[in-house]
Amino acid sequence: MRPGVWIALAVWVLTLVLAPAAFAQEGPPTDDQVNAIAKQLYCPVCENVPLDVCPTQACQQWRDTIREKLTAGWTEDQITQYFVDQYGARVLATPPATGLNWLVYLLPPLAFAGGAYLLVRALRAWRTPGGSKVAEAGPAPTEDRYVEQLERELRERT
Amino acid sequence: MPETPPVPVNTEQAPPRPRRWGVILVWGLLLGLLAILGLGLIRSQQGPVGVGAMVPDFTLTTFDGGTIDIRELRGQVVVINFWASWCKPCEQEAAELEQAYQQYKDQGVAFLGVDYVDTDREAMAYLEKFGITYPNGPDLGTRISQAFRIRGVPETYIVGPDGQLAAIKIGPYQSLEEIVRQIETARAAGSPGG
Repeated sequence: MRPGVWIALAVWVLTLVLAPAAFAQEGPPTDDQVNAIAKQLYCPVCENVPLDVCPTQACQQWRDTIREKLTAGWTEDQITQYFVDQYGARVLATPPATGLNWLVYLLPPLAFAGGAYLLVRALRAWRTPGGSKVAEAGPAPTEDRYVEQLERELRERT
Repeated sequence: MPETPPVPVNTEQAPPRPRRWGVILVWGLLLGLLAILGLGLIRSQQGPVGVGAMVPDFTLTTFDGGTIDIRELRGQVVVINFWASWCKPCEQEAAELEQAYQQYKDQGVAFLGVDYVDTDREAMAYLEKFGITYPNGPDLGTRISQAFRIRGVPETYIVGPDGQLAAIKIGPYQSLEEIVRQIETARAAGSPGG
């Protein structure tokens, strides 16, 4: 057998041996991987502090649990669902869009749109002399005639 | 000065504008939102359930897989202790609670441990460390603690045989005597002459 064939055979065997090791767990999950999930969660013990930065022992235990689950091969969704099952949906940083939670998603854009509408109306009214009522109704023809007459008389006097 | 012709004045009243309904709708939405916020605020400001109130219904799934329905314990005095492995003050009373359980377990007094916002491994280590043998389980979904409106751990609620809360301890018990005293109060409240 030629030397080239031997080399190719050796490379092929090495590939077969090393491939499983290359695709196996790349070591323990990093802090960044743990915190990427932790920042989506809030521990009920320390409200308003995300799990990734909370210094309490309870939160440290939760982060350890995330690390264990990642090591066991759980996905991000599986881990967050585990925490919801264990501690309730209130641990989620982003509340699920169900029930009254819809208000969280609906009210800000509605309030923004309403505020923008009011602002535009107010700006239009301010730009029109005499206020919004005059701007909407337009100058009454009788008033026009009166004003014209008044101005004419004033001009005649001067 | 030349005479001016009379100026006609438009005295007709404008019809009600449809825009008024929009204003009513906006105000309605705003008041509804304020009502929801107010109810939430009132609820959050409520303290724990008080003495004399009926114990909230709940089912505890214990660490060994069993389930305990509080309604099935009606007729007994029930000591419900909220704790967590990360809670240092809970350690102060852990051994005394187990002593009280040993003292009363054959006298119609049930003990339940509700593990609040905890991780199973540390919880099991805690139970083993303090030799706790009465039923304990996690507060799944924090439903039980929300029903009792607890503010933290440890908190202990003692239910009389009639299902009413007979005694409450916020914070750790200082001694076995303090636990015994509250249990006896609950037993006396549930007795025919109590």
